[in-house]
Amino acid sequence: MAYSFPEEVLEHVFSFLSSARDRNTVSLVCKSWYEIERWCRHRIFVGNCYAVSPEIVIRRFPELRAVEMKGKPHFADFNLVPEGWGAYAYPWIAAMAEAYPFLEEIKLKRMVVTDETLELISKSYKNFKVLVLTSCEGFTTDGLASIAANCRHLRELDLRESEVEDLSGNWLSDFPDSCTSLVSLNMSCLGSEVSFSALERLVARSPDLRTLRLNRAVPLEKLANLVRHAPQLVELGTGAYSAEIRSDTFSSLADAFSACKQLKALSGFWDVVPSYLPAVYSVCSGITSLNLSYAAIPSSDLVKLISQCQNLQRLWVLDYIEDSGLEALAASCKDLQELRVFPSDPFGAEPNVSLTEQGLVSVSEGCPKLESVLYFCRQMSNAALIAIAKNRPNFIRFRLCIIEPQAADYLTLEPLDTGFGAIVENCKELRRLSMSGLLTDRVFKYIGTHAKKLEMLSIAFAGESDFGLHHVLSGCDSLRKLEIRDCPFGDKALLANAEKLETMRSLWMSSCSVSFGACKLLAQKMPRLNVEVIDERGPPDSRPESCSVERVYVYRTVASRQRLDMPDFVWTLEEDSSMRYALYVLEALVLFQRWFACLLQFRWKLGTLPLKQEENWLELLKMSTIFTLAELSFTNKDAIFNVIFIRLWE
Amino acid sequence: MASASDCISQTGPGLKERNYFGFSDCSSVDRSTVSSAHLESKNNMNMKATELRLGLPGSQSPERDSDFSLLNSVKLDEKPLFPLAPSKDRICTLSQKTVASGNKRGFDDTVDGFSESKTTNFSEGNWMFNATGSDPGQAKLAGNVISIRPSGTQLAIKSEVPAKTLQESTNKIIGTNTANAPAAKAQVVGWPPIRSFRKNSLVTTSKTNDEVDGKPGPGALFVKVSMDGAPYLRKVDLRMYSAYKELSSALEKMFSCFTIGQCGPQGAPTRKMLSESKLRDLLHGSEYVLTYEDKDGDWMLVGDVPWEMFIASCKKLKIMKGSDAIGLAPRSVEKCKNQN
Repeated sequence: MAYSFPEEVLEHVFSFLSSARDRNTVSLVCKSWYEIERWCRHRIFVGNCYAVSPEIVIRRFPELRAVEMKGKPHFADFNLVPEGWGAYAYPWIAAMAEAYPFLEEIKLKRMVVTDETLELISKSYKNFKVLVLTSCEGFTTDGLASIAANCRHLRELDLRESEVEDLSGNWLSDFPDSCTSLVSLNMSCLGSEVSFSALERLVARSPDLRTLRLNRAVPLEKLANLVRHAPQLVELGTGAYSAEIRSDTFSSLADAFSACKQLKALSGFWDVVPSYLPAVYSVCSGITSLNLSYAAIPSSDLVKLISQCQNLQRLWVLDYIEDSGLEALAASCKDLQELRVFPSDPFGAEPNVSLTEQGLVSVSEGCPKLESVLYFCRQMSNAALIAIAKNRPNFIRFRLCIIEPQAADYLTLEPLDTGFGAIVENCKELRRLSMSGLLTDRVFKYIGTHAKKLEMLSIAFAGESDFGLHHVLSGCDSLRKLEIRDCPFGDKALLANAEKLETMRSLWMSSCSVSFGACKLLAQKMPRLNVEVIDERGPPDSRPESCSVERVYVYRTVASRQRLDMPDFVWTLEEDSSMRYALYVLEALVLFQRWFACLLQFRWKLGTLPLKQEENWLELLKMSTIFTLAELSFTNKDAIFNVIFIRLWE
Repeated sequence: MASASDCISQTGPGLKERNYFGFSDCSSVDRSTVSSAHLESKNNMNMKATELRLGLPGSQSPERDSDFSLLNSVKLDEKPLFPLAPSKDRICTLSQKTVASGNKRGFDDTVDGFSESKTTNFSEGNWMFNATGSDPGQAKLAGNVISIRPSGTQLAIKSEVPAKTLQESTNKIIGTNTANAPAAKAQVVGWPPIRSFRKNSLVTTSKTNDEVDGKPGPGALFVKVSMDGAPYLRKVDLRMYSAYKELSSALEKMFSCFTIGQCGPQGAPTRKMLSESKLRDLLHGSEYVLTYEDKDGDWMLVGDVPWEMFIASCKKLKIMKGSDAIGLAPRSVEKCKNQN
């Protein structure tokens, strides 16, 4: 075969492809493209760290410079995954330390990162630039100190919402004076106080600093000093935003802010004193992203602030904003694309603020570009959801959390099926959906029918039967991630849609009715799926097979199904080839039996069977028609063989 | 590691029961609290399990009932522990309100003596997809279902119960004065879906705003629990408990798998059932003590200060060997008094 283009040309062409999906597609064209592509791929994204092994990645992509990886399933954020489940970063870092000495970027989400890992990172990669740890845990400020001290060219250190053990604030002082390359520093999740002078000096010597997110311990009085050193900031997260009301503090702050002509994003505002909010008014017109979700600000002050932000595109706020505030938002922020409203008192029995479904309806009416919503509220109605769907067919992400599980439409007391049905029917581009409230199987029928672009679905306390799960698995063509908790979904839908699971990244089911037997069957049937039974009650085979497992996590993988770091509450199928053989034989037997039964039926109809034997054959016939593989009890394969033979030849 | 260990062959001639998942039965967490009578019935159950069955898996109600009655006889104040286990509770209340399908038995299996939830409802012979075997009488519970997760008793209270009674029983059960807030909403694990970081931030935000004088506000309070020699940490939500006793029994349960599991996967199967009292001794007696790190970073013995004060100041827990804990400050009351 003659090549039209030399490799270098193809490589150059491929360099314009940034999307991982495009690159994956390209590598499937032919073997030579696969080879060329893999040598010039520099960034990868691994959506599930257990879907592949470090060895496989390293073997395929020898020239990586940026790695992004996710570990635990999403529900781990809500403590549904027991500690110690896995997602350790160390094995990956250790393997990559040898293979990729020029690695520059590591971005991890929901993984366990230890101080040893951080130290290894800091020492292995001479050109290391970017470290982003989202919702990670397992490290202390000592680990941060090694990063600060050893990474000479560090550009980004972003610890979004990670759980860091705060041993001291001195790690910041470990940045050498020669380090002037910092572009982004996010330490908002840390608790302890860092040395302010070290921080100030660091900010002052970082001319490229664009993102600075402080932690709560940085007092408001010091904020002005910091901001003054970095008027080029694009994103600022304040520390505690409270102080005694003093005019000099205020004016100093206001002056500092007014010098920040490029500021686009504000966050922080811990312990906010509303009187200090006007200090940021001068930058509001340029603000596109505002995260006030940790700020207890009364609605009126919020409105005053927000109405100045005409160019706001993203707003994260607590429900103190109330319906009235959201109405004002809808009136002033016509560019709004993303809204998240978090509950200020999620565990209180009574609502503490006047935030209802009406707020969301107003925003959906008034903000034509709104495409992403996360909304916590206490009441919802089908009428509101239908209105929202009609107003905003351009939703991409719609996540609604009604705080009370299985809350019905508060007006009609009906399930919210039609409401959510309207959402999926009207919003044809919907990629992510989280539902709550009282929901029957009907809503899943709607989802299966309409939500063809849906990629991630989160379900809780919903549905009535396996039909619900079946609709979703068989209907949602683009589904990649499905997470379910406390729903009466069991074995049948799962087993009937086993092949679907290989087209998805993962499936999580906790507190459902999936039996251990079904998990085993699924694992048997689909060798490229890892079926992890996560159960803290001891070995699942010490209970009857039909007993539901506490949690099951199914994901496709090309790595070994027996990951080496499994804790003792995770069970996966042990490779047992004789079992697989038995399965094949059994399937063959059942097919044979069916054929035989059809034959008998035919003969019986012709009246050529003697009467005495008829009953036996009828019984056999009955058995064959309902004798599906899924119903077999798999505890004893030998006995089952015996039965089939006996029955057949009786 | 997953070493393939065959279980004891308990079955008929020539048939060997395989332990498919390769783990020995060492770490049977909740079996550990059951006496040897249960062991025998378990063996019986295994025999039955290998008996030929073409019926729907799980159609062995009699066995299971006896199983559960045995578990019932065990002290019920062995409270499901680690925040996740109470999801069983959730399952049960759920089973009350939804129209069941043929495989509803899954929920029932995890029932531990719930009086109100439906009893075993193994719909035998219910082959078809849309089973009608379950009670039609179970009305779907529209609206709220509140299940309280207290110590000791396990109660699923429907929302029809007037708030007053709810309040009373809540107070009785939980034992703390919940007169501050309206009837404490039972907390389902992981619901509403808010990240821990945000949850903990909310707590402190409301505290500063409300001045609830030392009493912790609503919300979860997850702290890490480590144990000497255990390979990984656990997390517990201190707000799940209202007294030291509950916390300690929960921790016992949680970490029993470590103490028993010290025999390792290749360990003797005979150790798989530890009697409850022996376990208690192990954790409470001479061997281990429970300590915590408070806000100042000092390690103290758990149990000296009033419970409320404890959860307000506890940052993390550690189960130490008794010998290591000798130097710890026993009298932390004065210290707390000084703080206040």
